[in-house]
Amino acid sequence: MAVQTAETAPPAAPAAAANAVLAPAFKDALIAGLVALGLFGPLIGFETVIIDGALGLAYRPSLLAIMVGIIFVGRLLLNLTVWSPNRRPATHAGPTVFERVGTLIGPGVKPALLAFAVLFPAIAAYSMGGLNQSRYLIDLGILILTYVMLGWGLNIVVGLAGLLDLGYVAFYAVGAYTYALLATSAPINDFFAGLFGATFWANWAFWFCLPMAGIFAGVWGMILGFPVLRLRGDYLAIVTLAFGEIIRLVLINWVDFTNGGAGIASIPRATFFGIQFNAGPDGFAALFGLPFNPMHRIIFLYFVILALALVTAFVTVRLRRLPVGRAWEALREDEIACRSLGINTTTTKLSAFATGAMFGGFAGCFFAVRAGFVSPESFTFDVSAMILAIVVLGGMGSQIGVAVAAAVMMGGMEMLRNLGFLRQIFGNDFDPSLYRMLIFGFAMVAIMVWKPRGLVSTRDPTIFLKERKAVSGDLVKEGHG
Amino acid sequence: MEIFVQQLINGLTLGSIYGLIAIGYTMVFGIIGMVNFAHGDVFMVSAFIALICFLLVTTVLGITSIFLALAIVLVVAMFFTSLLNWAIERVAYRPLRGSFRLAPMISAIGMSIFLANFVQVSQGPRNKPIPPMVTDVIVLMDSGGYQVTLAWKQIIIMVITALLLGGFWYLVQKTSLGRAQRACEQDRKMAALLGINVDHTISLTFVIGAALAAVAGTLYLMYYGVANFADGFVPGVKAFTAAVLGGIGSLPGAVLGGLLIGLIETFWSAYFSIEYKDVAAFSILAITLIFMPQGLLGRPEVEKV
Repeated sequence: MAVQTAETAPPAAPAAAANAVLAPAFKDALIAGLVALGLFGPLIGFETVIIDGALGLAYRPSLLAIMVGIIFVGRLLLNLTVWSPNRRPATHAGPTVFERVGTLIGPGVKPALLAFAVLFPAIAAYSMGGLNQSRYLIDLGILILTYVMLGWGLNIVVGLAGLLDLGYVAFYAVGAYTYALLATSAPINDFFAGLFGATFWANWAFWFCLPMAGIFAGVWGMILGFPVLRLRGDYLAIVTLAFGEIIRLVLINWVDFTNGGAGIASIPRATFFGIQFNAGPDGFAALFGLPFNPMHRIIFLYFVILALALVTAFVTVRLRRLPVGRAWEALREDEIACRSLGINTTTTKLSAFATGAMFGGFAGCFFAVRAGFVSPESFTFDVSAMILAIVVLGGMGSQIGVAVAAAVMMGGMEMLRNLGFLRQIFGNDFDPSLYRMLIFGFAMVAIMVWKPRGLVSTRDPTIFLKERKAVSGDLVKEGHG
Repeated sequence: MEIFVQQLINGLTLGSIYGLIAIGYTMVFGIIGMVNFAHGDVFMVSAFIALICFLLVTTVLGITSIFLALAIVLVVAMFFTSLLNWAIERVAYRPLRGSFRLAPMISAIGMSIFLANFVQVSQGPRNKPIPPMVTDVIVLMDSGGYQVTLAWKQIIIMVITALLLGGFWYLVQKTSLGRAQRACEQDRKMAALLGINVDHTISLTFVIGAALAAVAGTLYLMYYGVANFADGFVPGVKAFTAAVLGGIGSLPGAVLGGLLIGLIETFWSAYFSIEYKDVAAFSILAITLIFMPQGLLGRPEVEKV
């Protein structure tokens, strides 16, 4: 260090300097600890439990002490290290180690992830030692990919067009109910039975309904979007939230049409383009000369959702290069400038809304065919919030970030459940998935405060003059990347 | 007629609670222009704090006078909820001033999810029922089998709400804090130049909003006798609807909107269908925002470049 900054304490009095840091740091940590005691005191210190039919209190002083202690010690350590007034600010400009590593491996990440996703069933089967044992892993893969797809769909609305949509689950529900209602509909079944044979509709329903679900959801996106899109950002968010809840409440209460809260069961399963996955002579296994295994259907479902997700990603990437995609990004940055440049903001917003909704509809249709059962329970605000959290964590607008966030948040929690040592620490009934939404909420706040562009905040500009330069999110003000 | 009067009473009671929550939304929106999405969950947390305090007061301290217990619970709930909202503002919203426009909203949504699930994890997902605190009723009308009653707890709710709103009105209109707050609402930068501590004023706005929400939470607990971790979301959205309906940013508007939403909800349940009462409230929200975004008493918003 050649330059001695004025803020740095002179080395002559190290003891006094240390004292001048320690005392305020300690005081600050003490205050933080007291506030933490006030915040956690009522809800962690006491637990309301039902004793003999009446509500009573249980006390948890040790847990409270641990929580307050963590806050106190954490704050003290932060005060002494990161927030210390003696700490010299980092002076070297240019990319950090992480960023250099990022640029180095950057081009390889997408192909590697794609290859992993395609080979995943084989890897799972190999590592678990057999197809049947790999069911859990492949189911988990399907779950993650569903959320990746939903995240990418919502990313079009939130990340590209900058419209905060809190009712995305409504389109997921529209897609799921489209398939559930059409596939179990007796008149349609009879109609096709008369034309092509009794099992035609059961075999082909998914492949007919998949585009229908997307179209219906897209149309619903337009119907709901049309009146609300001239609202400002946060009003738009609240109205979409209201619409999402209205659709769920209608699904619950319109019993004649949707069977209400009981849901719709025994929805036809997915078929291999008309060939059922059963043990019969016309089944998938018999036709391809394989021994029958129920896992065939699961693996097939995995590839269906993988294909759907890739279509979503591909369409998004292509759309970003079209005028409409550029208009979306321009709209996100500055709506008034957009309008004064002659972009029709209503059409632009509506197209983003409808495109995002359409992918939500596809995902919903897939959800219905995988579960074989739909009920309004699956389409609560929590799901919207979860998808939004994935988009926010991944960095709004970043495809790869959303995929990573979905994998970490959905897969990571499931993995934690299986870690034995956690169970030894926290007791036998420890279930990390209970904490999933807690962590989601916390992460959303933390990301906004700490890294508003998301964890993967390096983004390639869509348009560039001479050469493509990756811009770190830290270098640009939000809304100017 | 009897049903109408009964529903009127019930609606005004419910509306008082919504009005108290709505003030928190409208004040925060007025001063920093953000929809404090977590406010409904702050209300829910306050109901839990009130519940725990009530159990402590009655079982451990052995206080039998219900009014004394209620007063203690109110004060304690107000204190802890204010502290909570103060901390939330410091941690989740203050660092985001000057960030992009959706950032505070997303942070508030995260906070809302966090609070609801924090209560779920720490207190359990089940309903927490308490024995009714006040059971006496006054029979106003009696016409062959159908009695119109005014419960004491309804009187308590309306009286406390009226008293608090009076005090709150005084605070905003007559004190220096209120003047500072209104100044920040009009122009934050100018207020700062004139020597108003803007950060301090914003913090106090959150504290006042939380205190009123805590009163609403305590009254809600007393009225329904049950607390649940998921009870923040729907009342929160309804109170926000009330704030929007009355004109967001307008304090009398929030109270008026709260009373209207309470009345609409009860009358809708009584005369149309109880299943669709939430749909009615959500629809009012959407319709108001689409066709009348300035609300009943609000100022129209002018977009400037």
